[in-house]
Amino acid sequence: MEEVKKGISRRNFLFTAGGVTIGISGYYLFSGISGSKSNVDWNEIESRQIDAWVKITSDDRVIIYTPAAEMGQGSMTSVPVILAEEMDADWDKVTVLSSPVDAEVYGVGWYPGGRKNMTTAGSRTVRSYYQPMREAGAKIRRTLLQNAANIWKVNVDELVTEPGKVVHGASGRKMSYGKIADFKDFQNLTNSSDLQLKEPKDFRLIGKIIPRSDIPKKTDGSAIYGIDIQLPGMKYGFINRSPVNGARPELTNEEEVKNIDGVEELVNLDHGIGVVTTSIESGLEAKKKMRINWTSSKASSHNSGMDLEKYTSTEASEIDKVGDPVTALGKSQTVLESEFSNSYVYHAQMEPLNAVVALSEDKSSAELWIGSQAPDAAQNAVADTLELDPKAIKVNQLYLGGGFGRRTLPGYAAECASLAKAVNSPVKLIWTREDDVGYGAFRPQVRHFLKSGLDRSGKIVSWSHTAVGPGDGLSAGGAEIDYYKIPNRQFHRKNVDHGIRTKHWRGVGHGPNKFAVEAFIDQIARSQGKDPFIFRLEMMENDRARRVLERAAEIANWNPVPIGDQGMGIALADRDSFSCGIAQISLNRQTGVIRVLKYWCVVDAGVVVQPDNAVAQVEGAVMMGISSSLKERIEFKNGVVEQSNFHDYPILRMSEAPKSIEVEFVDSDHPPEGIGEAGIPSVGPAIASAFASITGKHLRDMPFTPERVLEVLKS
Amino acid sequence: MRTEFLLNGETVIVDTPEDATLLWTLRERLNLTGTKYGCGISSCGACTIHLDGSAVRSCSTPVSVAAGREITTIEGLSSDNNHPLQKAFQQEQVPQCGYCQSGQIMQAAAMLKSNPSPSDDEIVNQMNGVLCRCGTYTRILKAIKKASQEGLG
Repeated sequence: MEEVKKGISRRNFLFTAGGVTIGISGYYLFSGISGSKSNVDWNEIESRQIDAWVKITSDDRVIIYTPAAEMGQGSMTSVPVILAEEMDADWDKVTVLSSPVDAEVYGVGWYPGGRKNMTTAGSRTVRSYYQPMREAGAKIRRTLLQNAANIWKVNVDELVTEPGKVVHGASGRKMSYGKIADFKDFQNLTNSSDLQLKEPKDFRLIGKIIPRSDIPKKTDGSAIYGIDIQLPGMKYGFINRSPVNGARPELTNEEEVKNIDGVEELVNLDHGIGVVTTSIESGLEAKKKMRINWTSSKASSHNSGMDLEKYTSTEASEIDKVGDPVTALGKSQTVLESEFSNSYVYHAQMEPLNAVVALSEDKSSAELWIGSQAPDAAQNAVADTLELDPKAIKVNQLYLGGGFGRRTLPGYAAECASLAKAVNSPVKLIWTREDDVGYGAFRPQVRHFLKSGLDRSGKIVSWSHTAVGPGDGLSAGGAEIDYYKIPNRQFHRKNVDHGIRTKHWRGVGHGPNKFAVEAFIDQIARSQGKDPFIFRLEMMENDRARRVLERAAEIANWNPVPIGDQGMGIALADRDSFSCGIAQISLNRQTGVIRVLKYWCVVDAGVVVQPDNAVAQVEGAVMMGISSSLKERIEFKNGVVEQSNFHDYPILRMSEAPKSIEVEFVDSDHPPEGIGEAGIPSVGPAIASAFASITGKHLRDMPFTPERVLEVLKS
Repeated sequence: MRTEFLLNGETVIVDTPEDATLLWTLRERLNLTGTKYGCGISSCGACTIHLDGSAVRSCSTPVSVAAGREITTIEGLSSDNNHPLQKAFQQEQVPQCGYCQSGQIMQAAAMLKSNPSPSDDEIVNQMNGVLCRCGTYTRILKAIKKASQEGLG
C-alpha cells in the first residue's frame, strides 16, 4: 500500500542508545533475554507464528509476547512463565517481547466480560492473565502434540511433552518444538476447545524461582526507557505548565523566548506553553524565561491544610451498610470516636514523565515511544491530538522507570504529539522533576471520622466510618472490614471538589482507609486493655485473614510490651490479597523521629507464580509505605503545589530503611491474587500501633513527621 | 565550547553550550543513556558517574569540569556486565524498575575501589545519596556486601 510506504519505515530509522547504533524496529527495543547484547531482531526473525502469543524458530527458540508494562514489578517474566508452563517450553530458550498494542487481542477486562484494555495497574496483571495464559499455553502444547502425532503417524494420546520436546514413550522418539514448528504441513490447532491444564503439582516453572528476564539490562545501562530514545533529527520539547490546575496561559514575551538560541517553535496549549528546541539546554532556558499570565481557576482557592480542617462528616453518601449501626450505637455500653487524616502524596517514580513522537512525512501516521501503564490509552490520546485513527499510531512500549499509578494517564503522550505536530521533526518531550511534582496528580488527602460502639464485654457492635476529601472514588476502596465480626457497620464518603488533579497511587484507597480503620481498631483494643493482636484474633471472621494474622505474629515473635523506646505494632490489610504487617520501631522522644527497625509481612496471594519476585514486591511496597507514612506530604497554597523536588519532598533513603523486611507467602491453591500493592496499606497503622505501644498515645495524622510526633508526645 | 576528556577509555571532544552539564551531554550528545536524569539538583543520585574514579553527580557537573580528566559511566564499568557489583546485583535480583540502578552501582563501585571491605554503616553512609523509589535498599546492601566479599575484598 502506497500509504504505508509514505509512513515511517521502521527499518529506515537509525537510532543510537548506549553508544551503539542500531536499526530501530519498534519492539526490538524490548527484545532479548538475559542481557544479550545481540542485535537480532526477534520480531523479524524467521519463525512459525503459532498464534498472537508465540512464535517458534526452527532452532527451538520460543518467542513469547507479553502484554503488560514492565515497571519493576516483574510481569515481563511472570506472565510469560505462566504460558511457558502450560506449553511446557524450555525456559532457557524463551525470548520475551513486548506485545503490540492491541487491546482486542492482548487486553483483559477489569472483570470477566468487561471491556478489554491493556492497563497495567491495580495489582491485576498476574491475577487477570493467569487463566488466559494457561489456556493459551495449553492450546499451543496441544497443537505441538497433534502435529508430532501427524508426523509420526501415531495416536496423540501416546505422546507426552518434556520441556521443549514431544516424546513418544513407546518408541523412545523425541522431537523438539522447533522441528515440529518447522514441519511444512504444520497445522494450527489453537482454536481447539480440547484443553488439558496441568495439575499444579506438575508445575515446572510456576512457583519456582526464576531470575527476571529484564534484570541484566538494568545493571549495565542497556535497558531502554522512554527518555533514552534518540532519533535522527530529533528535537526536544518542554512545557511550562500551569502552576494552578485549570489556569490558562498567556505568554507575554514571545519574541524574547523565540530569540533564544536553539528555540524552533512555541506551542500554545490549554494548560501551558510548549517549546521545541534543538537542545536540552535551550529548552530549559526557554522554559525559565517565559513570562506567562495565568487565568485563575477553581483550584486557585485551595489551601490543603486549612481546607482539610474544614471538612465535616455531614451529608456524606452511603457506600456500604450492614445491619443497623445507628440503633446499635444507641444501645452500646461505650462509644468511642476518633478522627484521622492523611495528606496528599506524590508518586515520585524515579523517571520523570516523557515521550517521543514522530509523524510520518505526510502526517498520516505517527509513532510513539513511551513507558506507559496504559499504552492503548496513550495511543488513543496521540490519535485524538493528531486527528488520526488510533490504528495509524504505532506504539513502542518501553521499560517504565516506575509507575505506581502515575503512568496510566495518557496526557504526556498527547502533549508530545502536540509539540511534534508543530514541527517537522520527531520530538522528545521531557518533564523536569519540578514539572513532575508541580504538575503531579496526587493520592487525595482524606479526613476520616470514625465512631464505634462496644457492648458490655468490649466487643465492637457498631462501626461507622466517613471519609471526606477530593478524588471521588479514589478514597472509596479499602474501608470494607467484613473479615471482622462487626454486626452493624457503615461506610460513608463525601467528595470535595477542589479542582485539583488526583490519581491512583499504589494501593489507592487502601492506604488512607486501612490506616484509619486499623489505627482505630488498635485504639479500641488498647482502650479495653487488650493486646491488639488478640483483639483482632477474637473478632476474626475470615480463615485466610486469620492465617496471615497468626503467622505474622509467629514469625515476628509478637510482643505487645515495649522495651524502652522500642515497640511492635500490628495491622491487617486486604488490598486484593490478605496481608498482615508487623513493625518494630524506635522512637526518639527528643527529635520526634520514628525509625522502622524491622518489618514482617505475611501475605496470602493464592498461587504465587514468581516467589522471589513476589517477595521483592512486598519489600518494595513496605519501603514505599514507610516513606509515605513517615515523610511524604504534598501541600497546596492557593492551588499551587508547594513542593518541587526531592529536597522538599523527601522520600525514604537507605539510612532510614529497616535493617530487615521479612516476607512470607502462605501456601495456597487459590488462583493468584494481587501482590504489587499488598504490602503497603498495613505499614502506616502498624507504625501507629507500635507508637501507641511505646507511648500510650495515638498518631492520627499521616505522615508522622517529627513535628507531628513531638506534638502528640506533648499532648 | 569544545571540551576534550577521556570517556570510558576513549578520548572524546564535545561541542556544547557553556552551561551544559555532563549529564545531558553524556546522554544526548554522546548517546550514553545508562546515566539517568532524576532530579537535576544532586538530590537523587540517578546520574552518578565517576570523575577520575570518584563518584559525582553528573546533573550538577558542568562539562568544562571534565576537561582533560577521565570519566567512567555505567557503560564503561565492565567489558560485559561482569563487574563484581553487576554480577551481585543480578544474583540478588536487586533492580525493580531499574531506573536508579546505574547510579546505585556507580556509587557503590567508587566506594569499593577506595574501601574494598566496607562495614554496613559505611555502605549506608556512602549510598545514602542515591534514591530508590521501588525500595530495593535491603537488596542493594546485600549485593554490595556480596561483591565486597567475593569480588574485590
